[in-house]
Amino acid sequence: MTTAQLRSEPMLTTPTRVLARTQETADTFTIEVEPPPGFSFRPGEFTMLYVYGVGEVPISISGDPDRTDTLTLTIRAVGKVTEAVGRLQPGDPLGVRGPYGVGWPMEAARGRDVVIVGGGIGLAPLRSAIYEILNHRADYGLVSIAVGFRRPEEILYVDQVHEWRQRFDIDLELTVDTAGDTWRGPVGVVTRLIPMLDFSDTAVAMVCGPEIMMMFTARALRDRGFAPDNIHVSLERNMKCGIGLCGHCQYGQHFVCMAGPVKPFSQAERLFGIREL
Amino acid sequence: MEAASVLERRNFNGLLDALTARGYRPIGPVLEAGRIVYGPIQRDSDLPIGKTDIHDGGMYRIADRPDDALFGYNLPSDSWKQYLFPPHSRLWTATKSNGSFTVAAEEIDPPRYALLGVRACELAAIRVQDTVFTGAFPDRQYNAVRDDVLIVGVNCGQAGGTCFCTSMGTGPQLTDGYDLVLTELLDGDHRFLVRSGTATGADILRELPLTPATPADCAEAEALIEHVSGHMGRMLDTDGIKDLLYDNAEHERWDDVATRCLACANCTMVCPTCFCVTTEDRPTLDGATAERWRTWDSCFSLGFSHIHGGPIRTSVKARYRQWMTHKLATWIDQFGTSGCVGCGRCITWCPVGIDITHEVAAIRTEEAVHAHR
Repeated sequence: MTTAQLRSEPMLTTPTRVLARTQETADTFTIEVEPPPGFSFRPGEFTMLYVYGVGEVPISISGDPDRTDTLTLTIRAVGKVTEAVGRLQPGDPLGVRGPYGVGWPMEAARGRDVVIVGGGIGLAPLRSAIYEILNHRADYGLVSIAVGFRRPEEILYVDQVHEWRQRFDIDLELTVDTAGDTWRGPVGVVTRLIPMLDFSDTAVAMVCGPEIMMMFTARALRDRGFAPDNIHVSLERNMKCGIGLCGHCQYGQHFVCMAGPVKPFSQAERLFGIREL
Repeated sequence: MEAASVLERRNFNGLLDALTARGYRPIGPVLEAGRIVYGPIQRDSDLPIGKTDIHDGGMYRIADRPDDALFGYNLPSDSWKQYLFPPHSRLWTATKSNGSFTVAAEEIDPPRYALLGVRACELAAIRVQDTVFTGAFPDRQYNAVRDDVLIVGVNCGQAGGTCFCTSMGTGPQLTDGYDLVLTELLDGDHRFLVRSGTATGADILRELPLTPATPADCAEAEALIEHVSGHMGRMLDTDGIKDLLYDNAEHERWDDVATRCLACANCTMVCPTCFCVTTEDRPTLDGATAERWRTWDSCFSLGFSHIHGGPIRTSVKARYRQWMTHKLATWIDQFGTSGCVGCGRCITWCPVGIDITHEVAAIRTEEAVHAHR
């Protein structure tokens, strides 16, 4: 056997199991998974989830980075694999690889104001950053969170969002694109919340949602004095490996799995501007 | 550089014997179904003796040579990547057990290949793939094969109609990275000028009946290289090419090429550096085991860029732009070199003859026209 044969297989998944499952909305659910041995992650990183015989899918971690007893992922069932994950119940097996990627700039944000803007399921990877900030609240300045959903019934983490809204040490604004007669909150796209947020000119922004939402949000933040280097967005592309070898996640010169998913808007703006890149 | 020696044509099988005796499996050019491809070589008679290949955009023909050259062709249709990085490979197998499953990595014990007839552009391509597969997550299977490969390079004695290695700085002469390098000399006695590049190569040479090369032999080999350099079928101006393509992502030429491109993926299959793969999960019918395979994929396929909601690159324009921009521009940012080695296979094997050198030239020329308006 040569040395090459002894090298570990980076594509090998680690079998583990589902601990709990919560239905968030009609098509979105959160699962808690028993973390593989030694697993730890930074907010904004992602894992490759494997369903036996079905396939693998990249999923951002949406849980608390300080908790080592559970790995939490929020998933929208939109394809073969995510639908199969959605059918898993507590006790069922699944495989995990990772974590991979470059997450949110939590270190750079220390001592500074933080603005978090999430659109729809884009709140999932941001929730890990929110946990981190709340776990170490004194390390950060003013914290403002703006979240937008398409409809009231699509609001993720409803109980938690209510709890965060009641805190005195963070500001959370929420809007929906469309709502029925009983909705008493703001209606409109999430960028309309940005004038309401409070931050200094050294603040760090973390933005995640559909590409068009991230682009308009980043521009609105820039218009309010943010340097594009201080605005961070999370890119999304097809991924088959998560380790820079399959080529699928290329976005311009970046392998999103290795150089991202989180990138400063200063680097992402040009990419956002090119159709079908 | 190691001093050159001469191996007479009649002793060529001695080289094959020496490789085989060391446990190598020689792979080299063979004529098969009207084209030259790479395949197992046992004797010199397996080589495409007296044959050559004619290349142009979307055109390939085999022709007879007026001599009995063993390596008198330009470039096989397939590249060495099929051996170093096979089109299909199993990564691991999962087996159901106790309500869960276990996974076992594929056991790999690859043959020790001796690659016979590696051209300068092809060695450059192997090195490009080396960079891809030895990054932060070294590819286990690629490196297992690559670590044991013996490279017997053969300098080109002619340039093909779609060749542009001189533009890419990759050829036509092998300068390093080989175990052995041959130059086939057809003037006078049919013979090979040989040099070793590694200790293994030197050991092999010691077993062969060689004579010292004369100054005339060396001069003939140099003249050949010079002739080949001056007769490239194509040229590509690489000056500032990264910025050229970054700045012209919305150039109207992409619409033009999209009207011709069939998105058939031939260029990515024959390209010696293209490395994109997809994964496949293959459960058995009873579900007792489930295998994970990887197979070559292409950025020209619609599903390549699929995320929830559909593909990102729906238009052929976007897919051609992705391929060419990756090859010539973003590759430089990713891996520090161009992803193109100038072998010309993508031109020859494009069914409609799309020519990467013409496409770059068109963008460059039309950009210059716009700049002067």
